[in-house]
Amino acid sequence: MTDPETTAPRVGLFVTCLVDLFRPSVGFAAVKLMEDAGCVVDAPVAQTCCGQPAYNSGDREDTRAIAKSTIAAFEDFDYVVAPSGSCTGMLKKHYPGLFQGDTKWEARASAFAEKVHELVSFLTDVLGVDKVPAKVSGKATYHDSCSGLRELGVREQPRKLLKSVKGLKLTEMAEADVCCGFGGTFCVKYSDISNAIVEEKAAHIVNTGADMLLAGDLGCLMNMAGKLKRKRSTVEVRHVAEVLAGMTDTPPIGGR
Amino acid sequence: MQITSPSFKENAREALDDEQLQRAMRHVRGNFVGRRQAAIDALPEFEELRDNARAIKDHVLGHLDLYLEAYERKVEEAGGTVHWAETAADARGIVLDICRMNNARTVTKGKSMMTEEIELNDFLEASGIRPVETDLGEYIIQLRGEHPSHITAPAVHLNKDQVESDFRRAHTDLPADRDLSEPVQLLSEARQVLRQKYFEADVGITGANFLVAETGSSIIVTNEGNGDLTQTLPRVHIVIASIEKIVPTLDDAAQIVRVLARSATGQDMTAYTTVSTGPRRANDLDGPQDYHVILLDNGRTSLLGTEFQDMLRCIRCGACMNHCPVYHTIGGHAYGWVYPGPIGAVLTPALIGIDKAGHLPNASTFCGRCEAVCPMRIPLPKMMRHWREREFERGLNPKVARYGLKFWAWFAKRPSIYRFVTYLAMPLIGVMGGPRRRFRFLPFALGWVKYRDLPAPEGRTFLQQWRDRQTLNQDARA
Repeated sequence: MTDPETTAPRVGLFVTCLVDLFRPSVGFAAVKLMEDAGCVVDAPVAQTCCGQPAYNSGDREDTRAIAKSTIAAFEDFDYVVAPSGSCTGMLKKHYPGLFQGDTKWEARASAFAEKVHELVSFLTDVLGVDKVPAKVSGKATYHDSCSGLRELGVREQPRKLLKSVKGLKLTEMAEADVCCGFGGTFCVKYSDISNAIVEEKAAHIVNTGADMLLAGDLGCLMNMAGKLKRKRSTVEVRHVAEVLAGMTDTPPIGGR
Repeated sequence: MQITSPSFKENAREALDDEQLQRAMRHVRGNFVGRRQAAIDALPEFEELRDNARAIKDHVLGHLDLYLEAYERKVEEAGGTVHWAETAADARGIVLDICRMNNARTVTKGKSMMTEEIELNDFLEASGIRPVETDLGEYIIQLRGEHPSHITAPAVHLNKDQVESDFRRAHTDLPADRDLSEPVQLLSEARQVLRQKYFEADVGITGANFLVAETGSSIIVTNEGNGDLTQTLPRVHIVIASIEKIVPTLDDAAQIVRVLARSATGQDMTAYTTVSTGPRRANDLDGPQDYHVILLDNGRTSLLGTEFQDMLRCIRCGACMNHCPVYHTIGGHAYGWVYPGPIGAVLTPALIGIDKAGHLPNASTFCGRCEAVCPMRIPLPKMMRHWREREFERGLNPKVARYGLKFWAWFAKRPSIYRFVTYLAMPLIGVMGGPRRRFRFLPFALGWVKYRDLPAPEGRTFLQQWRDRQTLNQDARA
């Protein structure tokens, strides 16, 4: 499906349930970044969640049902983009495996998976964006969320774009590539362990002296923001897309 | 050993409150990760070696019977004896028979997770035979009456000062005022004490890192030299190995060795790589008179052909636990059985049952670091998820989680109802977050707010705002 009026790529925004419900600004930042890069973006209202809570709880049947409706809602776009490594990993890496033995749906899921990209790597690797015009002053540190990093190879792309943001200084925390302890339902099922992991992460963040924490996944961000705010840290927590789009007028995640 | 996996949560809570343990675990975090990375950065072909290692094991697992029988023939040609054991009890019985035939009173042991799995030490002691662990870490935990908390570094949960006090308590015939402040002093004291034990032992028991079908050899990789003394000095050497340790040729073993130590400790190779083939020959200067190999199944064949087969590629390097954020925070004992960390999360349910070990594959964030570092490219998170599926199918997970999930899934499968409910709910919850835009307490999110604030929603959902924007745009065009 290409836009009738132009030859611009048509992108379906899979906004993710957390962004939809908790932080719509991330969705609008994603839209701005892609529109600025020449895409025509739409967000089908028939989307809910990628299905990870069911998938990672061993509930294959519900996962398949959710996957089918997601695929049906998005498969006609040129690209499907999500502002999350974790949800992208689900759509791209795990959907096809759900339909093993079901030739028709396996083929549909595989063709769909080909089109799916994580937002920042879509900008850099597919659209060739190598800088953004945003201006955000401050000192930021970036956390590598696990699925984006290890399932999709998102590492340098956000750092590269962040370095082009005017006024922003990027500083690395220790163990940036180590899990923040979120893990979906893990953080409530094993809250003691999750807490020990995010305590460590929060200490690394604070030790950088940065005034802003950025990452590409809202689940991880809410976990880290929640811990930092509980510790009365003044570090502002934002999704990387907000900064890249220069949309930092909204209060940070979890407030100031 | 008592299985405490069902009380994993309580075990973890205790571990988190154990300051000694937390101090020791910080070293794991600091040391293993950096050393492995340095070793791998120095070897450009490492990724290719991983692929080769995986291919070797995958090939073997497709032809286990062929290679095991070829191995048996070669061992017998070399003058050794092969015993086939289906269960832990079978293996223990065979060990005891061999010990009794040789009137054994003392047995020295090289480090072996397989003998942990079959609880050999307790069994030997109950049968009047004294097992003596000779690996330093194993020796320390034997003194303490504990079990390994790590598969390659069994005493990694301990600090130097704890070991010092154990040695002072156990080695009462040594001068009380001796200096044990340096690790090397502890090591040489253990050496001194153990040296005599090697000569007293009637039987030496080791595990095996590899069994080589081509030659009938067993191979162990060690850093202390204790394995060599265990298998060459006593009259009888018993090798206990699970069947998936087989590789076709010495060259195959050598290829896997290249990824093993690098993944485990960051060494290019361990200090010792010891190959033993049959008993002492006429012109050998040393070696045992009798050489036995116990080939143990203990549940391995039940994994063949299942979604867990890849687990049988494991070479027990420990890289998965060295990189696991959950293992780092709670240590190995909390897992409640022999194998901790990510391999425990997959293997333990297979060996003791998912009904007992259900917490283990659930207590993972699926961060994927274990799979990323596994030299054999075992998809550990995927297999943990398979255990969760089996658990879900059997209705073993907690009812609250089950119904909660079903409730959520009902909405997630019905986009228009989902949209309607979230359109109404989110602005309301957003307002409840107040000017600070977060919750310190929320009754239905206790697991979350116990330790963290919950960021409040911004207000109207994205999709609600998006639809307004689209309508506006359409109106503008019209």
